[in-house]
Amino acid sequence: MSNLRRTMLFCPASNPKLLFTAMIYKPDCILFDLEDSVAYKDKIASRDLLVEALKSVDYKGCEVFARINSLDGEFGEEDVRELVKAGLRKIRLPMCESKLDVRTLAELLDEVEEKNNIENGSVKIQCSLETPKGVHHSLSIATASKRVISISFGAEDFTRTLGVNRTKNGVELAYARGLIVLNASIAGVDAIDTVYADIADVEGFLAEVKNAKAIGFAGKSCVHPSQIPLVHDIYSPSEEEIEWAIKILKASQAANINEGGVILVEGKMVDIPVIEKAKRVLKLAQVTIENGGIDE
Amino acid sequence: MSNESGREIPKSIYGYGKTTCYAGPFSTIPTGEKVSVRNACSFPGQQKKLGSVKEAIQRVNLKDGMAISFHHHLRNGDEVMNLVLNEIAELGIKNITIHVSSLSSAHEPLIEHIRNGVVTDISTSGLRGTLGKLQSKENILGRPVVFRTHGGRARAIEEGNIKIDVAFIAAACCDDMGNMNGIEGPSAFGAMGYPIVDAQYADSVVAITDNLQPFPIWNISIPMTLVDYVVEVDNIGDSNKIASGATRVTNNPTDLLIAENAAKVLIALGCIKNGFSFQAGSGGPSLAVCKFLRSYMEKNEIVGSFAAGGVTGYLVDMLRDGLFKVLLDTQTFDARAVRSLKENANHVEMSASMYANPHNKSCTAHQLDVMILSATEIDESFNLNSITGSTGMIMGALGGAPDTAAGSKITVVVAPTMRKRIPIVVEKVTNIATPGETIDILVTERGICVNPRRMELRKKLNETDLEVLSIQELRKNVEKLTGKPEKIKYTDEIVGVIEYRDGTVLDLIYRVDE
Repeated sequence: MSNLRRTMLFCPASNPKLLFTAMIYKPDCILFDLEDSVAYKDKIASRDLLVEALKSVDYKGCEVFARINSLDGEFGEEDVRELVKAGLRKIRLPMCESKLDVRTLAELLDEVEEKNNIENGSVKIQCSLETPKGVHHSLSIATASKRVISISFGAEDFTRTLGVNRTKNGVELAYARGLIVLNASIAGVDAIDTVYADIADVEGFLAEVKNAKAIGFAGKSCVHPSQIPLVHDIYSPSEEEIEWAIKILKASQAANINEGGVILVEGKMVDIPVIEKAKRVLKLAQVTIENGGIDE
Repeated sequence: MSNESGREIPKSIYGYGKTTCYAGPFSTIPTGEKVSVRNACSFPGQQKKLGSVKEAIQRVNLKDGMAISFHHHLRNGDEVMNLVLNEIAELGIKNITIHVSSLSSAHEPLIEHIRNGVVTDISTSGLRGTLGKLQSKENILGRPVVFRTHGGRARAIEEGNIKIDVAFIAAACCDDMGNMNGIEGPSAFGAMGYPIVDAQYADSVVAITDNLQPFPIWNISIPMTLVDYVVEVDNIGDSNKIASGATRVTNNPTDLLIAENAAKVLIALGCIKNGFSFQAGSGGPSLAVCKFLRSYMEKNEIVGSFAAGGVTGYLVDMLRDGLFKVLLDTQTFDARAVRSLKENANHVEMSASMYANPHNKSCTAHQLDVMILSATEIDESFNLNSITGSTGMIMGALGGAPDTAAGSKITVVVAPTMRKRIPIVVEKVTNIATPGETIDILVTERGICVNPRRMELRKKLNETDLEVLSIQELRKNVEKLTGKPEKIKYTDEIVGVIEYRDGTVLDLIYRVDE
């Protein structure tokens, strides 16, 4: 089962305070940005700050990603070399438009891992789909390398490229979101929804997160810590869902069908996909059951 | 000799006199009697209204070397103290001692009066801005400033440690016989908690108002029985800086996180139950704690007994919505709270003595179940600093923190672990404002620490999912991120004496060596 990626807190790496404080808000993932939110003159200093933070800060179990600069530009390759050497194992590739983009990064990672005696394949990739072209190629991108663990949607550049405005109801994003979620599911990776920039509009944010969860996104990019508990609440299963998941897990363990087969629980058919779903419910609820071996 | 907090206190201090060492929060028991006041008489047809502040100074016969008092309810908008001191200076009077409830940036003209020898001695709860820096770096006064808590100031006046020759009292509303209140008029500031005591014990009392009314006004905080003269002026203060707007709960995510943790701690300890009493400071995480408590109280239909201290609009809303039965107010923080004090009978004004004087037959601070405090530093012995900054400069105040910390059943400090990369949790605080033995719990964004004196609380919190760790552990975690701050260098010149609420000496502030 993959890690929970309900929340991905966006933090400019140029802000030293955030490098030390991001984890206190308990997001599932932290995304330190070296790309758009960092001014050209601060690119190298910000990378240095992040490198030092990676070496010294305990992120308390939060999954740490870094959004690197474009590999076509003057900073991207060095971002990868320095950050991986410092311990980073999750990279977000910006403006990803084709499987070639992914493979270029994957090949660079092969080289960097070998050079630093890091097990091959340790560094994972999240591909950021920010253009119609990237969204269109989401399946080939998500399957371009075993390193790809998730794809994320960036609506700001997407709407800009498409020449439309972002609206509250998000109608302009509906097709792209649906496509990303379907392709992520086919590829077996997580799909992370775009940011909601209006921090003060809690109602709008909640509506968008509920929608993202309903259509299958594994999580939401957050621009402010205040958004984290809201997302976690929405992604938390109800008490009924938790109770049902526990029943399924206990019954499946008793019947020993984790390798395959079908059982009946309260008259309902339970097979492997249902068991996997139940495990995810308990993971989301941060509930474990004894002897179940699901405390991964 | 070393006091109970481990600070070396000389037997006598230049400009202060003989010292008594702090011996513990309730170890110094007073004997003897409180001071009495000078007798007076009045006559039919008596006129108290004078034409000017200058005339009042002359009529009360203010002379070189006398002590006068002010209150700081007008906060950053105060114009009364500067007005009075300018007149005193013009009259050529020197060597004046000022006993003020606190000083803010509005009082920077005081610097000139100190340099000119008009003011030579100050006792206050706090010192901020340039004045604080000058005293710390230059010892501009040439002797220590005496810092007293709100309760300690009332005690000192009543016990005669402070002798006030003339109390100058700013009133938002005053009639021509001297009945006063702080709740009516263009400069309304709310409760008059501090000068109530001044008026009772000063030899002469001068009311200064920009809202003179015919006798009698009917809301009376300080009665005419205590007042000698009344002076009308154009403005007692800048209303924009007195009590403007509403107090809002912070949006700072770290403050909110700390506040939420503090609320969780109090709930887990079973403190939030019907009839509980509560006080929180204004601003930052303190107010945000109210927000989280409020939702818990509403959900569980809990009604508190009283909330006390500096009253904010947020507490006023809780009173109005039936979440507390009474507000006890010694200092009102915003315009909404001023309106409430005027309109809501359950919003009750109290003197600083009733609020926190430990040498009374009782005081409100001792009735508190829960107190929420903030700090500029806290150390491994849970000592709290709220008076000097990380540079050693005087920049804060004691306020009512030492009073309420000693009095309340549970005292919770809410503070971030660092500010601008400077650690708040340190091995030893620069100065002790509130002794560690009166602090129970520290709540930060990186974990919760319980004073080892309260192991029963720690045991209860260990049963929750809250992250509890030792304060030593927390300090080390923070220092990994911030590094260990360099020690400040001091001279051996004492620029401030921090009195505990009972009049003993808790700590000394030395001149910063630059």
